[in-house]
Formats: sequence, structure tokens, C-alpha cells
Amino acid sequence: MKTNKWLLLVALSLVLSLVLAACGNKDKDDDKAATPDKEDDKATEQPTEEAGEPDAEQVVNLIESAAIPSVDSAIVEDAVGFNVLNNVNEGLYRLNLENIAEPAMAAEEAEVSEDGLTYTFKLRDAKWSDGTPVTAHDFVFAWQRAIDPATGSPYGPFMMSGVIKNATAISEEKMEKSELGVVAEDDKTLVVTLERPVPYFLSLMSFGTFYPQKEEFVTSKGDAYATNSDNLLYNGPFILTEWDGTGDSWVYKKNEHYWDAENVKLETINVDVVKDSATAVKLYNDGKKDRAGVSGDLALQYGTHEEARNESDTAVFYFKFNQERNGEKTPLANVNIRKALAKAFEKEDLADVVLANGSTAANFLVPRDFAYDESGTDFRDISGDHLVYNAEEAKEYWAKGLEELGLTELELEILGGDTDLSKKMNEYFKAQLEGNLEGLTIKLKEVPFAVRLELDGNQDYDIQVSGWGPDFQDPISFMDLFVTDGTNNLMSFSNKEYDELIEATKDELALDPVARYEAFAKAEKILLEDEAAIAPIYQRGLIQLQKPYFKGLGVHPFGADYSYKWAYISGKE
Amino acid sequence: MVKYIGKRLIYMFLTMFLIATATFFLMQTLPGSPIASYNKLNQTQRAIVEKKYGIDKPKPVQYAIYMKNLAKGDLGTSFVFKGKSVNDLLASRVKPSFILGAQAMVFGTIIGILLGMLAALKQNTIWDYGSTFLAILGVSIPSFVFAALLQYWVATQWHLLPVGLWNDGWKSSILPSIALAMGPLALSARFIRTEMIEVLGSDYITLAKAKGANGFEIAFKHALRNALIPLVTVLGPVAAGIVTGSLVVEQIFAIPGIGEQFVSSIMTNDFATIMGTTLFFSALLIIIIFIVDLLYGIIDPRIRLSGGKG
Repeated sequence: MKTNKWLLLVALSLVLSLVLAACGNKDKDDDKAATPDKEDDKATEQPTEEAGEPDAEQVVNLIESAAIPSVDSAIVEDAVGFNVLNNVNEGLYRLNLENIAEPAMAAEEAEVSEDGLTYTFKLRDAKWSDGTPVTAHDFVFAWQRAIDPATGSPYGPFMMSGVIKNATAISEEKMEKSELGVVAEDDKTLVVTLERPVPYFLSLMSFGTFYPQKEEFVTSKGDAYATNSDNLLYNGPFILTEWDGTGDSWVYKKNEHYWDAENVKLETINVDVVKDSATAVKLYNDGKKDRAGVSGDLALQYGTHEEARNESDTAVFYFKFNQERNGEKTPLANVNIRKALAKAFEKEDLADVVLANGSTAANFLVPRDFAYDESGTDFRDISGDHLVYNAEEAKEYWAKGLEELGLTELELEILGGDTDLSKKMNEYFKAQLEGNLEGLTIKLKEVPFAVRLELDGNQDYDIQVSGWGPDFQDPISFMDLFVTDGTNNLMSFSNKEYDELIEATKDELALDPVARYEAFAKAEKILLEDEAAIAPIYQRGLIQLQKPYFKGLGVHPFGADYSYKWAYISGKE
Repeated sequence: MVKYIGKRLIYMFLTMFLIATATFFLMQTLPGSPIASYNKLNQTQRAIVEKKYGIDKPKPVQYAIYMKNLAKGDLGTSFVFKGKSVNDLLASRVKPSFILGAQAMVFGTIIGILLGMLAALKQNTIWDYGSTFLAILGVSIPSFVFAALLQYWVATQWHLLPVGLWNDGWKSSILPSIALAMGPLALSARFIRTEMIEVLGSDYITLAKAKGANGFEIAFKHALRNALIPLVTVLGPVAAGIVTGSLVVEQIFAIPGIGEQFVSSIMTNDFATIMGTTLFFSALLIIIIFIVDLLYGIIDPRIRLSGGKG
């Protein structure tokens, strides 16, 4: 009996301590919530960086979210790999701090033929980290290697097909790789022939897949090429050291052979892989790291932190409405049903309250702060808002749709993610849609990412919460997804006018930027306003903590994520 | 003895074979593809990339190829770490995991034994309740919660030890080891307490006391040795607990170990690495269980390993 009482006491005190600990945290959050207006401004506005004198010691400590799978530009297919490539190597062009591609390995702007099919690049006098010159042959070799089926690269065919002449045929083993439309006229002149005019071609030139590789070095290393930092050659601002090929840490050192080395201030960048977001933030608070991403519930807590910055991301999330499942038409084949669903949920609340991670409501497919016309106008200001939340209209469409189907009630499945955040979001959708549309029952199906992709591939869902992040800066990277039989359509959507408009932007409108953007705007309206083939939800935002003394970091909304070339330390004690 | 060991070795190989087979076919039911940007290619291009990675072949053929290579000790090439062998991948990551696992095991069991003895010798005193309390904590709170608590208090609040990473020498290993050790500590404390109480009440202890042996001698020489036997039985499961705990604890402390790699290989459908890490962990456990069985004979001569008439 005596023992039992003791145990009870112990158990109670344990429970109590947990409760108290939880309260402690909550109080802190409440404090922050008490002054939302002031704090919110801080979170949404980018902290303005004041330029300062660089410190004597130029060392920065960073975090990556995953290990490097590969640094072979022909093979890389993941965010970390492309990020490393962008900082240790360099293509013909490089994205600057304003996210505009500017000549890098190319000495000057490319010479473009009148039909937009031939690009001639003059290379600058640049060196590899072994002191040998970078030549046009290095580009030819690397590009042929990336498209060669024997290399087994997914990104080579993905980036080059339909862009560079003969790329598709080579990737399908119908042509030799030597027939790829890229020729070294001499050591310093590279001529690229395209399949059809590609208005965004120069921005592609800053992408990792198009970087050069020195043939002699690659072949002499054989299978060992790019397996660790000693088996690599660099022509970018930094060189990679202390990378064993599979490890969770590596170091960038300034590349003294880099052509623009005098403008590179950082001497050393120490990187560690930290997958747990809470640990990353603890390391940041402890001063061990100078930057940390915050996600999930942490975003809610740190969104108002004075060192938090909201970094715009260009991934857009939307509902896919599947019109045909298991060979049979679904209720979503009815356009009024689709319109009703698309307009029946409040997006602002979702972004600000449920997600609360810097994401913004989306009434579009092509994201904001992503694609611009020649005068620098955001594509979003050319193409307006579509499918804005409107419960009244949604109810009308719903009634009409049900009548056309001869139904009074309907059960639909929403296929979504199974992370904590996704689950919260899915619950929100269920509440909003069922609340606004009478007779609707939503069944939630929450699965891991890979399972969702597989169900998507089999077109086995009703409504899916899906998203897309672009690899290059052009509306086509989004608009191409939903053409009839597109590899990512997978919902039996087909609209002839939409297909024709998209085809025109690649063909007769390719050299007319104004008409091309108008065509995209028109196509977007068809896809969203007229057809409600998909229903946009939000554009993703990311919250990062960054020490005020770490300045000049290049953050890119597409392609590689970051550039350290212009970054420096100023005012660190 | 030799016959026994030989027989055990054959069983061990059989077990490994069954684990390899089961894992291989279970893995095929994982949704998704190891090629991350699969959905960016057309049908023909996909087929070519699949062929390059050898995942276009029928499953039984893939299985036969895998088992043939495995027999040669080759765990294959990682799908994610391009061009790198799984053997190298494991080798480069085994050290941190081994250090953490060994420290947790040794620290956990030794402290656990001491606490258990203390509780038994001072039965129904504050010492007993204290160690019981610790044991309840250790059993009921998972290691990753301890990890987060230790991180918060010891590292973030008191700045005594690093928050994480593996770059601060032995200091980096302390907190994750403690987090992993809590389970074994609790388990062995409970076992030792129960056994000790039973042993202390037995006739031969009374006899030892009557003969005038001192308390220390009785506790360590006579009682502990007999109380250890049931503890040895649970060392196998304890080792398994440390291995599974390391999957999460390594991630929380950002330790570049095998457990952390196991988790990410499953997330990325890296078939070869999933197989490699599963087999590695299985082999480790099978060997530990084997050693534990051998230890029986040493601690308690009454248990005869050769069995039968002997």
C-alpha cells in the first residue's frame, strides 16, 4: 500500500511537470500573439540589409537538409546537388542577386540568330581549379554526357528534350549523342542549335545540367569521378573539400582560380546536414549556425522572430480534379461541380492561420515573383486573379451541378499528405467545403508523398492536393503540365483551345514576347476560370532565420536555391 | 561446444537468408520509384533510365542477382548516392553509430545494475523509490523525448554540451548516448532489483551471512552473480532497443550514423541502401544474441551449451 501511494505521487508529479512545461511554452506564444500587427509586418517584410565593411574573418556556418547524393552535373537531380553545383561550378550564365541570368563563363551576351534557333557564345578566359583553361569543348562533352542514355540521367533528357536539337531522339536511343545541337567552333566559341525557339533559353544556361566538364579529367577518373571532393574539378567561386561522397558534412573554400575571385569575400563555408528542424533552430540559437530554416509548428513560433525572413518560394499548390477514375467518369467531370469546389474555401485564412509559414493565398497557377515580361512586369499583373473564394457563387454552381447529375448529395475523396501540417490543412478543406456545399461529404485519405505520387500515376483519386515547383523561369514550366496527355495531367483534363494556345507559345509566338504572355494569360483563364480543371490553393513561403551579420546571400526562387558568391560576414563580434 | 557453435552458425546464416529474402520482397511493395525525378520523363526515357538501374527486370531475376552479389559480400550500388557502393556508405557511417551504441549499452547496463542493487539492498526506502521512479521514467518515455529534453536543458539552457552534430569529439557523443541509455538502464535496474531481492532471501545468502561474510562481499560476489543471469537474457532485446532508438536519436542530434541513413533510404526508395542497412542491423543483432547465449555458460556453469548427455 505504501509503495502504491508513492507511485501515485510520482506519477502525478510527472504528469504535472509535463503539463506545466507545456503551459510555459504556450505563454510565450501568447505574448507574441498579443501584438500581432506590429510583429506581422516584421515577418512579412524582408529585413533590409545594410551593407557593411566585411570582417577580417570570413567564415560562415550553414545547414543543409540532406546529404549530397551527387555533384556530377550530368547526373544531379536534387535540390542539394544543384545548390552545391551552383557554388562550386559555373555555366555560361549565372543568376545574379536580382535573379536575372547574366554572362558568367560566357564573356558577353550571346549572339542569337534571327530565327531564334542558333545561339553563339564567346567564352571568357576562365580556369578550372587545376589551372587549365575552360574551353567550349568542355561544354560539348558535358552536355553530350548528360543526354547520353548510357549515363542514365533523368535531368539531362528533362532539361534538353524539345529544347536542344536532337536531344529527344538521342535520349530515346534513336540517334548518336554526337548529333546533339552543340558544337565547339574553336576553344572559345560555342554554338548551340535549338529544336525550336526557346525564349527562356538563356536562363536555362545558369542551370546545373548545362555546366561544363573537362573530358580528360572525367575519363581519367572513370567510375570514381565525382565520388568525393578530390575527384572533382571546379570552375566556380568555391571549391568543395572534406566531402567523402556520402557524409553529412562538407566545407567550401574560396577558389583562387575563379575568374571573379576578387569579388568573392567568403573564405570558408562549413556545412552540416541537420534534418530535424527543431535541432536546426537550436543550433542557430546557440550560435553554432548562421542560418536555419523553420517549418511546421516552429514557423508559427518563429515567424515573428526579429531575425526571421520570409523567402519567397515559387512552388504552387492546387487541387487536381480527377475527371475519370478506373475508366469511369467521376462527378468531377461536371464543370459546375468543379467550379463550386474551387470557389468554396477561404484561402487567406488557410495561408495565414493554418499554414502560417509565409505562404500566401493563390488565385493563379503561375506564381507571383517568378516570371516577368521584357519591361519587368510580373506575369501575375498581366494575367488576373481566377477562382477567388466566393461562397455564394459556389453554392449556385453546386446546385446547378447536382441538378445536372441528378443527385442531391455527393461523397468525394480528398487525397492529401500525411504530415502534421498537411493533416491540419486537409481538415480545414473538409470543414470549409462541407460547410459551404450542402449535401457534400468529404472523405480524407492521407498518405505519404511516395504513395500519393503512385496514386496520382494510376489516376486513382477524386481530388488531390498537389503542387509544382518550377525548374526554370518561364510560365511554360507550369502551363505545360495540363496539356492533353501531359505527363503530369493524370486527371483526364483536355481542352483543345488550351492545347493550341500552349503549342502556339512554343511555335509561332515564340519570338513575340508580348503575344506569348497574352497567350499564357488566356490559357490560364481557360484552365482556371472557364474549366476549373484545377483549383489553386496557395503559393508556398519559407521562413528562414538568418544572423544579421551574414549578408549578401543570393536566394533564387528557381533553379539552384542559393548563391554564396556575393555573401560576406560583417559586424560579427 | 564446437558442435553447438557450428550449429548456431548455420542457423545464423539461415536467419540472414530469410531476412534478406523477406526484406527484398517487402521492399518491392514500397510505393514510388528510387528515381526522384521520374515524373519528368516520357515513357521511353523512363524505360531507358530503369534499364540503366536494372529495375526493369522481373522481380525474381532482380532477387537472384541481388542474392548472388550478396553472397560475394557486395551490397550493391546506392540509387541515391550516385555511383557509390552501399558497402562504402555503411563503412563511412558505422563509427558514430557504434560509439553511441556501445556507450549507451555499457553506461545503461552498469548504472542500471547499480541502481537495481541499491534498490534491492535498501528495499522500501527512499533509495528504492528513487530508482523505481527512474526506471519508470526510462521505460515509459521514449528515447527521442529524452533526446529533446537533454538538448533543451543541458545544451540550450545550461550550455554544458553541444546541441548536436558530430564535430566536437567525445563531447558530441554524450547526450545522444545518455538518451539511448535510458531504456537499457531502466530495464536492467528493474530486473536486477527483482532478482536480487529473490536471491538475497535464499538459503545460501543466509549461510554466507552466518559464516560472517561482509555485506559488500555478499552483494557483489554471491548475490549479483546469480542475479545477472536473467539480465543477460534481455541484453539481446536491449541491443535491439538501442538500434531502433538510434534511428530517431541520430536524426535529432544530427549524427552522421547508420540509423539516420536507414530512415532516409526508406524515404527516398533507395532499395540497395534499405537492403544494406537492414541486413547490417540484422547481422548485428544476430551476433549479439549469439554472444549472449555464449555468456550464459560463463556466468552460470549449470547451463550446458552442448546439450544432451554432455
